[in-house]
Amino acid sequence: MFIPVEATPPSFKGFTLILPAIAVGNVAQLAVDLIVSTLSMKRVGYMHTDCLVPMVGPNPYATSAEDAGEIHTTAEVYTDAEKKLAVLQIRSPLIQSRSKKFRKLLVSWIKASEFSRTVVLSSSHAYQRDDQQLKGTPLRYLVTPAMRTASGPALTELGWMEMERLSPFPGLVEAVPRLSIPGGGVTKGLFTDGCQEELCLAVVLVFCSEGDNVPDAFTLVNHLNEWLLLVDNDKRGAQKWKVPGSWRLLFGSSHPPSIF
Amino acid sequence: MATFFGEVLSVSSRAVDEDEEDENDEDEEILKELDETREVHLEWYQSNSNLMTDTNLIIAVGRNAASFLSVYVLTSASWEAVGHASVSNAGSQTICGQTSTEPACVFYRKKDNRAVILCQISGYIEEDQQFQWTEKVLGGFKQKGLSVTVLSDSPVAEYKNMDHASSSSSPFLLCLQTKSSTTNPQCPLLEQPNIFTGIQAAVLSHCQVNQIPAVAYQCYSDAISPDSITMDTYKLAFTSVGDIKVGPLPSADIFNKFIKTNHIQSNLYI
Repeated sequence: MFIPVEATPPSFKGFTLILPAIAVGNVAQLAVDLIVSTLSMKRVGYMHTDCLVPMVGPNPYATSAEDAGEIHTTAEVYTDAEKKLAVLQIRSPLIQSRSKKFRKLLVSWIKASEFSRTVVLSSSHAYQRDDQQLKGTPLRYLVTPAMRTASGPALTELGWMEMERLSPFPGLVEAVPRLSIPGGGVTKGLFTDGCQEELCLAVVLVFCSEGDNVPDAFTLVNHLNEWLLLVDNDKRGAQKWKVPGSWRLLFGSSHPPSIF
Repeated sequence: MATFFGEVLSVSSRAVDEDEEDENDEDEEILKELDETREVHLEWYQSNSNLMTDTNLIIAVGRNAASFLSVYVLTSASWEAVGHASVSNAGSQTICGQTSTEPACVFYRKKDNRAVILCQISGYIEEDQQFQWTEKVLGGFKQKGLSVTVLSDSPVAEYKNMDHASSSSSPFLLCLQTKSSTTNPQCPLLEQPNIFTGIQAAVLSHCQVNQIPAVAYQCYSDAISPDSITMDTYKLAFTSVGDIKVGPLPSADIFNKFIKTNHIQSNLYI
């Protein structure tokens, strides 16, 4: 599944991996775009798989005319060697009948690459929050047991809120609370796989609704930055993140003036 | 999304559902059987049809692209059919707009230059079959010296640009090429935030990942069925494809053969 760009495959041993779940509002994918664009990360490989809908396009992170024509594919891996950071960006939907296969491929790649920790960015339907989730921050996290040992205290110190287990039948006392991430795509499956495979994995997600999800992406990536310190935290607001050129015309071209 | 019967539907909403609970053995068995119905079948009429080195493969996908090959290139007697690929899916339609048991795509080879192969895709290849189709077709050619050109259609409404003047001058051609391509394309490169999807994207991805020189030309047109002006636009792409003669402007009879058969029967204005 992973095919390196250069003849010599890169080593990911000890790296932190960030990857998006294809979830409501595509917030995680937008957040990953901000990370790759801001850190000017270098493409080191492709995730070539039949689990994703094929697409190609010109370089979404182009900074000059020379690299604007370089083509980029459905799923690619970028690295920042100095920060020991790797990012997998996924640009198209999963083929639904192959989502389980995709999860398995991802988990086996993560284990084989010996990442020190994995962070799955995600989102969940805001309209399906229960009463307690409606209050306060829309950001949540989940950690596997291995990650709780490694980073649990740091996240608690940051004051982050862990994702609640909810009763499937509110009001019914006997119902056992369970983890539910509506609109999260493969997030819950990946998290469960991470627990089973003893991966050091965390999920960071934001409750949101479909629409203009750019602000949600900034919310998510700023929240992640509190923990991973990817960019200088002194700069306030959105200025510290560089918006890629591919975000132009997110909702299509404007209307042609000639129709009036 | 995939329905119970295996056909893949393109969903317009970005909202996604949570993963289903783990399937049981019976569900897995059903999914496996459904997967088998999604197989792409490739058949070469002669055993060595695809085994030349330095193959120049041209793939035409979409009504105008496929019709361009029929009208401008394949009318000469110097081409022979050497294979076909067929897919089974509910949305399969030919150029004529009729559901057909004809193969989704046919391969032709030039008689006097056996390294030149045309692939004319007249059916629709669904999203979950595009990767498989590409791997089977391109994987069957010798990689040494292989070069690929793709011609594809797209509605001009899908072209995103701040400058409306450019989209009002449709049809127009834009292209993308892989890193290892040395072709000097005869049209502008596709610019952000536009993308290619479909078979052209699957082919270009495969070629990029496997370092095969490839160029994909996409014609943006406001024509909803094959038309001569859109087909004519593809001649520009062929100036950089060696050793294939594009015929002169065909006669009206030949055009009518392809355009008339797409006419939708309507009783709206009896």
